[in-house]
Amino acid sequence: MAKLRGTGIAAVNYPTGMNLGGDPSQALIHATTTGTFVISLSSTDLGQGLKTVIAQIGAETLGVPFENVLIDTADTDTGPHCMGTFASRATHRVGNAVIMAAKEARKAMLEVAAEELEVSPDDLDTDGKGNIFVKGSPERKIDITSLALAAHFKYGRTISGRGMYIKPKSPVDPETGKMDPDSTEAHACVVAEVEVDTETGEVTVISLKSAYEVGRQVNPALVHGQIVGGAFMGMSHALYETTAPYYPSPDHAPGSFSEYIIPGPHELPHIESVVLEYPSVNGPYGVKGVGEMTANAPIPAIVNAVSNAIGVRLTEYPITPEKILRALEKSPKVKQLAENRS
Amino acid sequence: MPSRIVAFNLNGRDVEVMVKPLTTLQTVLREHLHLTATKSGCRQGGCGTCTVLVNGEPMLSCLLPVEDIAGQKVVTLEGITPIEGLHPIQQAFFDNYAIQCGYCSPGVIMVIKALLDRNPNPTRQEIMDAIAGNVCRCTGYEPILRAAEDAARRLQSA
Amino acid sequence: MSEVASEVIREMKREFKVVGKSVPRRDGIGHVTGKTVYVDDISFPGMLHLKMVRSPIHHGIIRNVDFSEAEKVPGFVRVLTHRDVPKNIYTILCLIGVGPDEEPVLAVDRVLYKGEPIAAIVAETEEAAMEAVSRVKLDLEELPAVFDVEEALKPDAPILKPWGTNYFIYEGHHCRRVRFGDVEKGFAQADYIIEEVYNTSPIEHAPTETTACVAKPEPDGRYTVYTNTQALFFTMDNTALILQVPFSKLHFVGGTVGGGFGGKVDVITEPIATLAAMKTGRPVKFKYTREEEMRVSSTRSAWRMYFKDGVMKDGRIIARKVISYADSGAYNRHTPYAVTKHAANIAGPYTIPNVYIDAYCVYTNRQPASAMRGFGVTPASFAVECQMDKIAETIGMDPWEIRFINAYRNGDMRPHQKVVEDATLIEVMKAAAELVGHKLPEHLLKMHSWDREKA
Repeated sequence: MAKLRGTGIAAVNYPTGMNLGGDPSQALIHATTTGTFVISLSSTDLGQGLKTVIAQIGAETLGVPFENVLIDTADTDTGPHCMGTFASRATHRVGNAVIMAAKEARKAMLEVAAEELEVSPDDLDTDGKGNIFVKGSPERKIDITSLALAAHFKYGRTISGRGMYIKPKSPVDPETGKMDPDSTEAHACVVAEVEVDTETGEVTVISLKSAYEVGRQVNPALVHGQIVGGAFMGMSHALYETTAPYYPSPDHAPGSFSEYIIPGPHELPHIESVVLEYPSVNGPYGVKGVGEMTANAPIPAIVNAVSNAIGVRLTEYPITPEKILRALEKSPKVKQLAENRS
Repeated sequence: MPSRIVAFNLNGRDVEVMVKPLTTLQTVLREHLHLTATKSGCRQGGCGTCTVLVNGEPMLSCLLPVEDIAGQKVVTLEGITPIEGLHPIQQAFFDNYAIQCGYCSPGVIMVIKALLDRNPNPTRQEIMDAIAGNVCRCTGYEPILRAAEDAARRLQSA
Repeated sequence: MSEVASEVIREMKREFKVVGKSVPRRDGIGHVTGKTVYVDDISFPGMLHLKMVRSPIHHGIIRNVDFSEAEKVPGFVRVLTHRDVPKNIYTILCLIGVGPDEEPVLAVDRVLYKGEPIAAIVAETEEAAMEAVSRVKLDLEELPAVFDVEEALKPDAPILKPWGTNYFIYEGHHCRRVRFGDVEKGFAQADYIIEEVYNTSPIEHAPTETTACVAKPEPDGRYTVYTNTQALFFTMDNTALILQVPFSKLHFVGGTVGGGFGGKVDVITEPIATLAAMKTGRPVKFKYTREEEMRVSSTRSAWRMYFKDGVMKDGRIIARKVISYADSGAYNRHTPYAVTKHAANIAGPYTIPNVYIDAYCVYTNRQPASAMRGFGVTPASFAVECQMDKIAETIGMDPWEIRFINAYRNGDMRPHQKVVEDATLIEVMKAAAELVGHKLPEHLLKMHSWDREKA
């Protein structure tokens, strides 16, 4: 029995969004009488944190505090259309729609402030703390509650905005496959270190170290959450998960968490990452996307690391202990170990 | 078989429910008493989302006939949530981003509550052992482990 | 520079007040207190429960279905069959022009996979619905089934689709094609020909919250549907089409999902639950059991990919031919598009001047596959990155160097004829090497993605 160590790398791209039939999302923004800004959507938060990052993007563009922005989603009677949360598209598409809506609402807000402060809207700016002030003389200002009240009850003006973003449809050329299927590309490189038990065929992932480039990070803690959670799911795919353990045979289909094998906290490897930011031209504040790709790169990195450890190239996943034991029968490294012993 | 009345203590309050034999504690909590913090991810005892404390021990409420806990003390996530603010364990989960979709969170928090009640300063290994029965498909467990360690520190310094 | 681009660059450089900050989650308090409302937490007085009668076999003819014993179960309310569904045959992507319709909401006279829904039973309680389902007598004639993508394409395979093939037809072609450069010429020039076949497995999303919805009749004649779909309008519009009701009759509410990963974009519970609410006048809940989520709900598709690469001694990949087969299971769901996305990414983040791809969407008697995190790109990235290591090993080159040499740069042309514009592969490789303490040679450290160093 021996424990063989190996290292593997994988470098990947991941496209943001889709375009099959066009890929649109919309946003509507309005201010209440007291200066709370409601962003109405029909978008879904799967847990990645969409409701949080969209509020950040909205607050940034409006120039108002994060706390003054509410996200109202998802209701088809009140929220305008969104294609949905998939294809690493939500922050990119919905974020762009919110920026467009917020710019229109901001313009209306500054116009009302200009009347109240008796200056041109071009002379005004927001401090992000709830005030609109005259550039160069920050003491001349109005808070957004007073401003919204004035808009409603004095001027009869709405402070609102409409936003829409679409990646237009690009039909695929059936002869050549020419197409424009996405908006931008995020990138990652993952290095996996593994240990293989030659007696049991079990693999321990010691570490997954990665560099990601995702355009702008709207919320670094949430990006980190995707990287760690994705690394774990990628490891799970690489080593454990299948609904057809003897594919293509349909037998032994799991029906519970005791039969469908997903690793638990004991299998958590050391995960470390750095994030680079090269903003994309078409994303909101340069956002690309990070939701899906984090589970992709760890799979080949781990499989390459196991191949490196045992000296036999593996070409499928999941690489279960059974498959590894069969591969070990062909391993020059194991042969060498046996010869050394005898 | 006819229904019968089962009495137990729930979150510090005595309750009585009328149930058919073999009705699970999960069904009583969610459907009879409308306490939905206790989740229902599998009803096979496989995911841990329905974990509650029975006499301080974490139990899977989906496998537990309510007759079996007659007269005993049951605590659900509602029972540890203050009227204002958060329990230190909840605060640690919130601050450490140990939540994504949030569906596993109630079960995980109850397991950590039971662990810290009997072992205020657990090792990482002991935390992993405690939550090994809880499926989290989003976070990769790492933030959950950090949150549990953070919660232990907060409770000890409180 | 365009006006848009210059405005974008101005935005990039500005100081941010909220963007870029790790502010707390908006939904975090609800999650840690258990107060977040998921679909299964919603119930209404008088709510009914729906359960499916499912096929116990992989492929067969439905000769007869007998509900007489099921109807006697206390709490039984009614049964729904394909005759009750106004537009029973549908395809999810019909809204964006993908066709033809091919999946029944409820099976008509044939089942194509084990677990395929045949009838829906609505009852006062979940237990009564399950009990009634167990008493339905199915008379089925089993047919030969096919489970392997290549077996399914053989002439003697049982044919699963009304149009007479076991593959999706892409604008008259039997697969999604990519043709770029001259691959045979590339192979002729190459120093090495490196071939391998890669396989992946079907995988379950396994969200902790199972797929679910509650459909509720409203006083104004509309129906509110509370759902954990990942795509609210998409699901609502498909439901309206299947039920042949005006779109304005439906009102969908969602936005909070206990784990999706692509598994909740299939429009699978909402149409039948809404129909049940229409036929009974009462709220109806349809929640997948964990067993249904595992054995019946869509999976990530299994793929088989045949790679043939022409490589020069200096490490440049000059030609790639790939034949890919996606196992779509019994129906389309989202796999036809996954195959297209796969075809666009089979060169990976590398510049290869001659590429030939045939990517097939193949039907088998397996539970349908659909979207999952990474979609058709996951198998592509897996195969490409394993192949890179195989190439490095074959020609005796370092696995880092082979990736740097072939990395795409801004301005390069990808096989699907899209110009690269946001490349940062070289930058992430340099950062990863630094993170793990791997010393890269000087000539690789000098590279970057925004142009190509002069030879």
